[in-house]
Amino acid sequence: MERIPILRIGTYLLVTIQVDMHDQLALTLQTDLTDRIAEVGARGVLIDISALEIVDSYIGRTLANIASMARVLDAATVVVGMQPAVAITLVELGMTLPGIHTAMDVDSGMQFLRRSVRDAEDPDDWRRNSTEE
Amino acid sequence: MIGAGIVLKSETVPIQTSGDVVLVRQRVRACAVEHRFTIVEQTKIVTAASELARNTLEHGLGGSVDLEVLKDGGRLGIRLRFQDRGPGIANIALALTDGYSSGKGLGLGLGGSKRLVHEFEIESSPSAGATVTVVRWK
Repeated sequence: MERIPILRIGTYLLVTIQVDMHDQLALTLQTDLTDRIAEVGARGVLIDISALEIVDSYIGRTLANIASMARVLDAATVVVGMQPAVAITLVELGMTLPGIHTAMDVDSGMQFLRRSVRDAEDPDDWRRNSTEE
Repeated sequence: MIGAGIVLKSETVPIQTSGDVVLVRQRVRACAVEHRFTIVEQTKIVTAASELARNTLEHGLGGSVDLEVLKDGGRLGIRLRFQDRGPGIANIALALTDGYSSGKGLGLGLGGSKRLVHEFEIESSPSAGATVTVVRWK
C-alpha cells in the first residue's frame, strides 16, 4: 500500500508530503503518524507541506486531526512551508486551520517544537509563565 | 449555461474513485498553466475543482467533469461542469451554507468553492442528479 514516509529524529517525527495526496493516502498518514507518536513517545511532529500545490478542505481537516490527536498524545505539531497561494486559497475557502501551529520553514518549525517541549518539561518555567498570565 | 464566449478546447474526465479526484486536479492545473493563469488563480481553480470532484464522488455516486477553455472577447476562462448520478440536492441554499454537510465533511465544499470562482451555478433534479458549473476568468 502507498504510504508517506515518517522519519524519526530523537523525540521528533518528520514528514515531508511530496505527492498529490488522494483522500485515502491522507487518512493513512493520519493513522500512521498517530501510531508512531504513541510507539516512540514522540514529543513533536513536523509536517513539511512546501511541495503541496493545493490544500483543500479534506487535506486541511486531516492536518487539523493530526494536530489534535498529537496534542492528546502529548506531542506538539507544526506545519511548515505553506506556499503563499495555498494560504490565500485556504482562507478564501473558509479554512483558517485553528489550533495548528505553522512556520515558514523547517528551521523555524524545529525551533518552535524544541521550545514547546522545553516549556513542557521545565515545571519552574511553567509556573513562572502561568503566574505572569 | 454560465460562461460566455466560444469554447476553444474541451475534455471530459471521469470521476469514479478518489484517485480520479487527483486526476481532475492535475488536468485542471495543466490547463491553467497552459493558458498562463497566475499561480494564485491556478491554486484557486484547482482547489475548487478538488472540492467539487469530491462532492461528485461522495454525494453524487460518481460522474464526470467537462473541462473547457472559454474565449470571450479578450478574456480567457476555464469552465468546469461536474455532473453526477446522485439523488440531486434537495435544498440548494442550505447546501451552500458554510458548515452544513449532509455527509461527514466540513461543509465547505460548495460554499467554499463558490468563493474561489467568478461564476457558479447549480442545477439539480432527483431524476437527473446534480450539475455544478463554475467559471474562473483570467
